Amino acid sequence: MRHLLSTADLAKDDAILLLDTAAQMAATQAREMKKLPTLRGRTVVNLFYEDSTRTRISFETAAKRLSADVINFSAKGSSVSKGESLKDTALTLHAMGADAVVVRHQASGAPHMLAHAGWLDAAVLNAGDGMHQHPTQALLDAFTIRRHLVGGGSDAGTEGTDLAGLRVAIVGDVLHSRVARSNVRLLHTLGARVTLVAPPTLLPVGVETWPCEVSYHLDETIERAKPDAVMMLRVQRERMSGGAGGAFFPSAQEYSRKFGLGSRRLARLPGHAIVMHPGPMNRGLEISADAADHARSVIVEQVANGIAVRMAALYLLLAGNDAGAGSVPNERTSL
Amino acid sequence: MSPSIALPGNGPGESPRGTTVLEAPDIARALTRIAHEITERNKGAADVVLLGIPTRGVPLARRLAGRLAEIEPTYDTGAVGELDVTMYRDDLRRHPTRAVGATRIPGSVDGRTVVLVDDVLFSGRTIRAALDALNDVGRPRAVQLAALVDRGHRELPIRADYVGKNLPTSRSERISVHLTETDGEDSVTISEYVAGAGSADGGDVAGRPPAGGEEGAR
Amino acid sequence: MTTTYILRGVRPLGGEPADVVLSGERITHVGAPGTGGAAAGGGAASAPSSGTGPDRGADAGAGVVEIDGGDRLVLLPGLVDLHTHLREPGREDAETVWSGTRAAAAGGFTAVHAMANTTPTQDTAGVVEQVWRLGKDAGWVDVRPVGAVTVGLGGERLAELGAMADSAAGVRVFSDDGKCVHDPVLMRRALEYVKAFDGVVAQHAQEPRLTEGAQMNEGVVSAEIGLAGWPAVAEESIIARDVLLAEHVGSRLHVCHLSTARSVEIVRWAKSRGVDVTAEVTPHHLLLTDERARSYDARFKVNPPLRTREDVEAVREGLADGTIDVVATDHAPHPVEDKDCEWAAAAFGMTGLETALSVVQQVMVDTGRMTWADVARVLSAAPARIGRIDAGPGAHGRPVAVGEPANVTLVDPAASRTVRGTEQVTASGNTPLEGMELPGTVVATFLRGRATVLDGVPVDGAIATEGVPA
Repeated sequence: MRHLLSTADLAKDDAILLLDTAAQMAATQAREMKKLPTLRGRTVVNLFYEDSTRTRISFETAAKRLSADVINFSAKGSSVSKGESLKDTALTLHAMGADAVVVRHQASGAPHMLAHAGWLDAAVLNAGDGMHQHPTQALLDAFTIRRHLVGGGSDAGTEGTDLAGLRVAIVGDVLHSRVARSNVRLLHTLGARVTLVAPPTLLPVGVETWPCEVSYHLDETIERAKPDAVMMLRVQRERMSGGAGGAFFPSAQEYSRKFGLGSRRLARLPGHAIVMHPGPMNRGLEISADAADHARSVIVEQVANGIAVRMAALYLLLAGNDAGAGSVPNERTSL
Repeated sequence: MSPSIALPGNGPGESPRGTTVLEAPDIARALTRIAHEITERNKGAADVVLLGIPTRGVPLARRLAGRLAEIEPTYDTGAVGELDVTMYRDDLRRHPTRAVGATRIPGSVDGRTVVLVDDVLFSGRTIRAALDALNDVGRPRAVQLAALVDRGHRELPIRADYVGKNLPTSRSERISVHLTETDGEDSVTISEYVAGAGSADGGDVAGRPPAGGEEGAR
Repeated sequence: MTTTYILRGVRPLGGEPADVVLSGERITHVGAPGTGGAAAGGGAASAPSSGTGPDRGADAGAGVVEIDGGDRLVLLPGLVDLHTHLREPGREDAETVWSGTRAAAAGGFTAVHAMANTTPTQDTAGVVEQVWRLGKDAGWVDVRPVGAVTVGLGGERLAELGAMADSAAGVRVFSDDGKCVHDPVLMRRALEYVKAFDGVVAQHAQEPRLTEGAQMNEGVVSAEIGLAGWPAVAEESIIARDVLLAEHVGSRLHVCHLSTARSVEIVRWAKSRGVDVTAEVTPHHLLLTDERARSYDARFKVNPPLRTREDVEAVREGLADGTIDVVATDHAPHPVEDKDCEWAAAAFGMTGLETALSVVQQVMVDTGRMTWADVARVLSAAPARIGRIDAGPGAHGRPVAVGEPANVTLVDPAASRTVRGTEQVTASGNTPLEGMELPGTVVATFLRGRATVLDGVPVDGAIATEGVPA
């Protein structure tokens, strides 16, 4: 594995190795001494073109727990219209000798360009690009699901296991969600059966080719699919306005009535089902406070698991030599 | 993944993969002796925690725990664990990425005597990593080292407290430890290093392969 | 002193080998092989011509050059592009009239229609005359400026269409290309107004509200790679509206770069009703699909976007059956920095002048779907007719026949080349065909009897010495 750009690139063995490694990382994080010397002398750059304090802190913590040097490069404010800056920044990071670049960008494909445009030879970790992918989020979700629904709340005994037979409902704004895209691919690879639940306006044209089922009705999905895990996606309030690219649903109230998770729907879920949310939550819109804070909610744990999963990703990308990875071909010098 | 098993008909000292230097009864005797030495040295085994270093140190530690319990029936055979040193190695960047193994510590090591158990002691770098790993897990009263085979060529000021067999070797030779639990049989063999089959420096710097115990390939 | 060219053993429109003589500004002889020398005045009759391909060494008399076609080279009327972005004035970093028309000549063109979205916009007689004059001075091809339909392409007020028509540039094609004339009333008025001078409105069909922020064709690929989708219906709904408007007011409509299967169906339906509509397709929409976007390589970012395999098949079918009248390049040069960046930040467009003929050969001719005569129709006669440059002394898109203006191009269909953006004549390297091997090369191009390209290379010296024909 040279980069982590998309869960679509992960074979089942890769995905399980990531989860198993994350389990070992999680075990070290239960110790008093949490820091490992593993990536001493390696430099990880957090390159964030989009505000996301949570994700950045998670990656920063993961890198520091592995003793890597961390440089936070906030490119916030660099709008996509100044596209050239991505290339210049990449050349700068290359000159600085970055070993890995964790990139968050509002433009889909920006991490792909960093990895393949020949601008730098660091490992690239996609920390969320536009509406495309957010692979470490999906990995931490899969890790959380495996711990609770395969391991019964513990990672012990989950080594090498997948998510075969588990049913996961992903509810909300699939159209704009990189979390949904990443999870559909990864959960499918791991053998889970995914149902996307959203109003038709918030599903992309082409979703019918995805390896999942699609439903327009949350209640029906809860009754028929009996999901083992329900993942609520954040819905941005501006999506309901009629302005540019808006008018996806009539009102917050209607959305909440039809697609929100509250105590009534929670009660109809199977007794072992867990409630997930990638955060940050809109309490009262896609999830009620009851559901968010319920005993079956693993939302806070997802955050902790994010550190273990990101440690695993950094370890697997950076700990070994580059044997087999080869150097990045400078494929675009001809331009 | 598993190594080839010596075929019947090969002489006792000759197998397709080299010369057998220890056979199952030799290994058993060595482990029994080590167990006695541990109890003598520590005036009993009550506070002894055995930590095997994956892969083959782990079954060796379990066997030692069984023998300690034979010597001292009160010995808690649960006081055996495993200590993965992967993330503490000094040579990670010289090899393809390794899978991280499990670390399982039975209770706490604080104030107790930890005996690290490994199959082959070579450069000492694995033990250096193990000491660092142990340091992050707790603060034992003392740390001792047991190795089934000491083949020399130390690169660090480390020595074993308990050795099953001292085997003077040349750097060009490889030592392969096979255990029933991991490889289907008990034996230690010595063979010439085959170019391309392992690390070029021949040092104990590359960690262990997933199976086969081909220590020279580290 | 003009040079006489004897084209020996060339195949007019891919037919039987013939000798063709270009003398003065006209085609003076088309006859059986061996007749060319005598027709040119006998001076070159005994000149040796060895091998195949152009042989400038065979200059057997003052002002006589022989080119041996080896019974293989295909002679076509000079190509006419109905849709070229020359970028000057305003974006001379991407292309100039000089560099763009030189690339056009290299691609076998003798006339191009220069789109209006320059800075300032070609929306006044002054600007279109400026572009026309730059083209005349460059001398590579005839440049026919396209006039903007609305002031500044703003979609709010009609530009002075009549003034542009009456100017020296003689504008007949009007387009807000890059932007859609989406206001139905404005579109109706434009369609009606240009009737007075036999003009045509060339519509860039893109419903703006359905394509806000759109980055690529909306479908399976966009859903997966997370780029905002550009629905086919945004194009089709405008084309449907416009053909109905054109029918209603009895006007001439041209549909730019149609790209979807249903767009082809709508045009086919409109033509069956007798609507005076013509349509064009670009080489890239004949060849490439939206699968290319998976690389996030912005060289594949174009407006309208690359569509699906089914759409590509439909436009090929439409071109073969005559529903689509024209292949036009939509040559859209951009400097490196506008393409070597995130997809969403990159500019739309790709170069095409130098590869259009090869793409048509590969997709339509080599597959047996079209003949070279069909190629002459879609890349020369039809666009010249739509642009109203098919009559008069310097006309384009004419048959290869005695007395016609010597606007011709000589093509070697058996040759092939690997496309390299950096090696192209255009000032920009943003070709989507980078690294692809394409069949066919342009060996020579003649603009009114004067060679603009010989041996596949633009004839730089010739223009300064020979000047521009009036």
